Amino acid sequence: MCLAMPAEVIAIEGETGRVNLGGVQKEISLALVEDVQVGDFVLIHVGYALDKMNPGEAERTLARFAAADRGSGE
Amino acid sequence: MKYIDEFRNRALAHILADAIAREADRDREYRLMEFCGGHTHAIFRYGVQALMPPNVRFIHGPGCPVCVLPTGRIDNAIDLVEQHDVILCTYGDMMRVPASRRRSLIKTKATGGDVRMVWSTRDALQIARNNPHRQVVFFAIGFETTTPPTVVAIKQAAVEKLTNFSVFCNHLLTPAAIRSILAVPQADEPVAIDGFLGPSHVSAIIGTRPYEPLVEAYGKPVVIAGFEPLDVMQATRMLIRQLNDNRAGVENEYTRVVTREGNRKARALVDEVLQLRPGFEWRGLGRVPSGALQIRAAWSEFDAEQRFPVPEIKAPDVRGCECPRILRGLKKPTECKLFGTACTPENPMGACMVSSEGACAAYWSYGRFRTGSEVFAA
Repeated sequence: MCLAMPAEVIAIEGETGRVNLGGVQKEISLALVEDVQVGDFVLIHVGYALDKMNPGEAERTLARFAAADRGSGE
Repeated sequence: MKYIDEFRNRALAHILADAIAREADRDREYRLMEFCGGHTHAIFRYGVQALMPPNVRFIHGPGCPVCVLPTGRIDNAIDLVEQHDVILCTYGDMMRVPASRRRSLIKTKATGGDVRMVWSTRDALQIARNNPHRQVVFFAIGFETTTPPTVVAIKQAAVEKLTNFSVFCNHLLTPAAIRSILAVPQADEPVAIDGFLGPSHVSAIIGTRPYEPLVEAYGKPVVIAGFEPLDVMQATRMLIRQLNDNRAGVENEYTRVVTREGNRKARALVDEVLQLRPGFEWRGLGRVPSGALQIRAAWSEFDAEQRFPVPEIKAPDVRGCECPRILRGLKKPTECKLFGTACTPENPMGACMVSSEGACAAYWSYGRFRTGSEVFAA
């Protein structure tokens, strides 16, 4: 039930955004998020952007996975 | 898809599995409850349990709002359609959940009731705009993740003076449920849990701070985990490290979305429109103090419970159904007499079979033929 999909914002008009969800375009509400720009990734849940994705943190998390073979990556 | 595929990478999964096998202490058990149905689903779908050493075991928690909603509330929703002729809008998850007397919303629809499945509260508002002479009720369920969209719809209805729109509020609160699992008196079937994989998107809204008092009070570590399989594995590893070091803290694996403060804008909106409900029954957990939300008096115009009579209905669960114990991690689905015989996803008797996130549905879909393997090992 709490699943949310990351999608790229491709257009913004007021509190409404258009996102690209793996090739499918959807109109969503931006009422719950602040400072969203075209090109940002947001998490989509029941037609609303819940939060912005932090690309730097995503990279760091993936790097931690890869570093697990060296016994680090906490 | 970006931010999904990378977190399902097979090579990285094996690196993490090897790290967990190395770091887990063979002389102890790690009994880790994944609170969320979304995690349960990921664990089964991607075979995460099979990548764990035998002493690292997942206990499936009650974090599925469809599963824990008491039957009486679904009876209330059906009565709204049948007795008050409303258009009832609901998320698809609710349609097949069994109500009393072998009813369900989908059967109500089949017999002529106006039940409409929506993707979003935005769709429910549109239905209200299109049907000004009908009462439109949105059957709102879900945890903190799903609550803000309901609140935005109520506020929008107020702006547009959509007086035919109201909300039947069944929103539930996650930290209260975790507390009620931990606070069970030892005499009463104690739950043996060493740590928790914490919710992904609930935490995106509420942040990691609300778990801090829980960890302080009960000394069980919590690691907030994303819903992808690699997130689950890394969070498991972080829990193992905490337990090995005799530490209990709140840690966050899902840093690409979750912060300590959460989404302040969404939280402020929810606070404005909703308040704590004094006592609300969760299926399987009983009455959870501070476990649910209701609409504030200032917004009662949009509260279906004020607009229509909604009596408290005490509905017994199906006899023999082990959902209440399964939801607390005390029994496995395969230990239920009804599992796979009377109760299947096509014809569910209990709530854990209805939602694909329920433990029973996950066992049925991904694990029912693996008897004797580590999946079912107790």
